[in-house]
Amino acid sequence: MATLQQQAKGKKDGEIRYLTPLNIETNTQKKYCRFKKSGIKYIDYKDPDFLMKLVNEQGKLLPRRLTGTSMKYQRKVAQAVKRARHLALMPYVGDLLK
Amino acid sequence: MNHYETVFILNPVLSDVQIEETVKKFEDFLKKNGAKMVSKENWGLKKLAYPIQHKKSGFYHLIEFTAPGEAIAPYEQEFRRDERIMRFLTVKLDKHAIEWAEKRRSRLKVKA
Repeated sequence: MATLQQQAKGKKDGEIRYLTPLNIETNTQKKYCRFKKSGIKYIDYKDPDFLMKLVNEQGKLLPRRLTGTSMKYQRKVAQAVKRARHLALMPYVGDLLK
Repeated sequence: MNHYETVFILNPVLSDVQIEETVKKFEDFLKKNGAKMVSKENWGLKKLAYPIQHKKSGFYHLIEFTAPGEAIAPYEQEFRRDERIMRFLTVKLDKHAIEWAEKRRSRLKVKA
């Protein structure tokens, strides 16, 4: 009962009270472009193991929103993945690649 | 003169002699058209990520060369005509790619 009374009291004061504190993540780590950071200038289409990191489990390209790659390198990634697919080093469509 | 590299996939039913013959044919074709070979690599029989012409594997070969731009169109046409070739891709290398190709070659040499 005490808690109810306290809540009622709190409401009177004009405060918003929650039964459980809201857990909003505010300090997420900043994304960065892995190519800029490690100084990779050329993305090789002959290395499917590396390119696999940049696609989802269906073999689709991951968006910049998720990987943090800069626009300049995202274009090169797309080019490399498309070349690898043409040479059957990577699948066009896959299932559970990871 | 531009720097190029070609990766091509050969039919897996070919014999070793036929493979050598095919690779040599394209090398000779390039040399005849004023190209200079830089390097060649044999990746061997590899599994394909998806079937091509109902085949699940193929012999991968990589050749790197410098050639005048006009030589590329007839060279690619030759690839299209040859039924032993299942897939090919010719790419022009920019300065970063050449640097990377050299690094890759030296790394392979150390391994071997």
